[in-house]
Amino acid sequence: MGKFPALALILLAAPLVLSAAEPAAGEAEAAAPVPWENWHAGNNVADVGSLQRGARNFMNYCIGCHSLKYMRYQRMGDDLDIPTAALSADLVAPGSTNLDYIVSSMPAADAANWFGKTPPDLSLIARSRSPDYIYRFLKTFYSDPSRSTRSDNLAYPSTAMPAVLSDLEGVKAAVLGPTKLFDHFQTVSTGTVTAEQFDGFVRDTVNFLDYVGDPSQVERRSIGLWVVLFLLLLSAFALALKKEYWKDVH
Amino acid sequence: MTPDDANKTGYRAAAKGGLWRWINHRLPVDTFWRSQLSEYYAPKNFNIWYFFGSLALLVLVLQLVTGIFLTMFYKVGAATSFDSVEFIMREVRFGWLIRYLHSAGASAFFIVVYLHMYRALLYGSYKAPRELLWLFGMIIYLALMAEAFLGYVLPWGNMSFWAATVIINLFGTIPGIGPGLVEWIRGDYGIADATLNRFFSLHVVAVPLVLLLLVALHLVALHEVGSNNPDGVEIKHKKDARGRPLDGIPFHPYYTVKDIVGVCVFLTLLAIVVFFVPTFGDLFLEKANFEPANPLSTPDPISPSWYFTPYYAILRAVPDQRIGALLMLIAVVSFFFLPWLDRSPVKSMRYRGWISRTFLALFTVSFLALMYLGLQPAQEPFVTMARIFAVPYFAYFWLMPFYSRIDAVKPVPERVTFHG
Repeated sequence: MGKFPALALILLAAPLVLSAAEPAAGEAEAAAPVPWENWHAGNNVADVGSLQRGARNFMNYCIGCHSLKYMRYQRMGDDLDIPTAALSADLVAPGSTNLDYIVSSMPAADAANWFGKTPPDLSLIARSRSPDYIYRFLKTFYSDPSRSTRSDNLAYPSTAMPAVLSDLEGVKAAVLGPTKLFDHFQTVSTGTVTAEQFDGFVRDTVNFLDYVGDPSQVERRSIGLWVVLFLLLLSAFALALKKEYWKDVH
Repeated sequence: MTPDDANKTGYRAAAKGGLWRWINHRLPVDTFWRSQLSEYYAPKNFNIWYFFGSLALLVLVLQLVTGIFLTMFYKVGAATSFDSVEFIMREVRFGWLIRYLHSAGASAFFIVVYLHMYRALLYGSYKAPRELLWLFGMIIYLALMAEAFLGYVLPWGNMSFWAATVIINLFGTIPGIGPGLVEWIRGDYGIADATLNRFFSLHVVAVPLVLLLLVALHLVALHEVGSNNPDGVEIKHKKDARGRPLDGIPFHPYYTVKDIVGVCVFLTLLAIVVFFVPTFGDLFLEKANFEPANPLSTPDPISPSWYFTPYYAILRAVPDQRIGALLMLIAVVSFFFLPWLDRSPVKSMRYRGWISRTFLALFTVSFLALMYLGLQPAQEPFVTMARIFAVPYFAYFWLMPFYSRIDAVKPVPERVTFHG
């Protein structure tokens, strides 16, 4: 019956198709502007340099409000090849030790009072949303003087979060199209880094959050390769054994 | 070593006496081995569809073993469950492997069980004398659905919470006792800590015990009547002088070595999922379940795990919730009646006519389409499509007494064939 090989093929191909659906890493910004809904983080959690920069970005810009309550500093240091001395000196928040979880020192009650809601813990944000979502969120803040934060966001409209990266990125305004929907961004004032540098900053930060969401994923894939190769070899031997036993069955 | 030699190793050890003989005088190990494996005759023409029974047994063991290890670290409670799952994922050595094996294992269980059941539809394995075997299998399927649902609630993510809310509220549609029953199941006025605690108890003790008992009954019933096969020929009808079926071969070593091939291929596929795509594109672990349970925030859309979505699509296709729940129930229990709905004189699709084949094909397409539709938001065109696909789904079962009787059949061979 012809459908059996087809069934096996579907079972075999499904994970490959699913992983192929993931965006290619380092996707170049095309000449024609890509709509922001289609932007991809294109991050690579195996890139330790990028993760180190992302950890630095997090400790400089995010930890004031956001925690990574399931992640210990030491685990992060071990995974990202950060020497213990550098970890303690540059990354561990004052009042915390290397073995502590990465927790913001902002009191939750005050935070709720200041922002209208407590800033969420970001340990699992890359899993509950997606790296692409965080990338789009961090790149689509625009000036909106009518709001108390003086800004709004395309990926998460009416967000309580202010445009905290605007000193780096600069300020942009949203230009609406003929249908009163977003058309493109217009630079109001430039920031301290170039657009390319800011893009790298966001990608590294997203990459770090992707790592934090599932810290064992790099190890998992490298072990997985050997497990799958071993099982394929075992399957071949099992098939040979089966053929040997079955050669007298007609 | 020839198979005959393999069969004799037991005797030889017994003849030599010693410990083996001592044991066998007190416990029928040899007798059991012979009657259930080395001298249990199975049809020699099994094809790929016959791997899924042994694979279901393998996944059951996998779930029990990984479940035991998860239970060592999991802390049941509305305040602790979510955190303890992340503790397992991050701080327990190889905890991520155990958890992903268990979560992917749940989906793998349904994949192999659905293929195992489909085999029965293809070859009429539910027909006499295998009605009880089929019924035990169907009760296993029901217990498995309960087990999967209960387990899905335990991580206490937001989809856990809302799936529990939706599913438990279905009991509220039962006239009269509905509202009281829902409260009794939950142990609170909403899905809460009390619900989580009892679901844990049911998931790790009660339902696994029931499953093991049912699997034992399923296997005893199978070995009593013997396996069907792709030709639907009863191999017990043609025996040699020594009473062995002419078309049978000893289960051990022939099917043990063959099933090892199936196990290796299955484990390879499972490893690809566990190590490379453990969430399987939101199907095996959903994004919304990486957020803690939140009674104030509803995931959009609420959808159950993929293995329940055919029934969920039927539930949502009906505007009246009570009738929807009833139709959903009928969609599940229809399988139970197959042995008596099927009036065809032959078992296997190989020897049935175009009407039966068409109905089975329509059913297959409908089941898969409803599975897809149940994962979509409850809006058009999905709701109308679910209504359309529900018709051939039910027609397959409830028109079967008519079409299976009038359908033309081909002559069934006396002996099994290898290339049908």
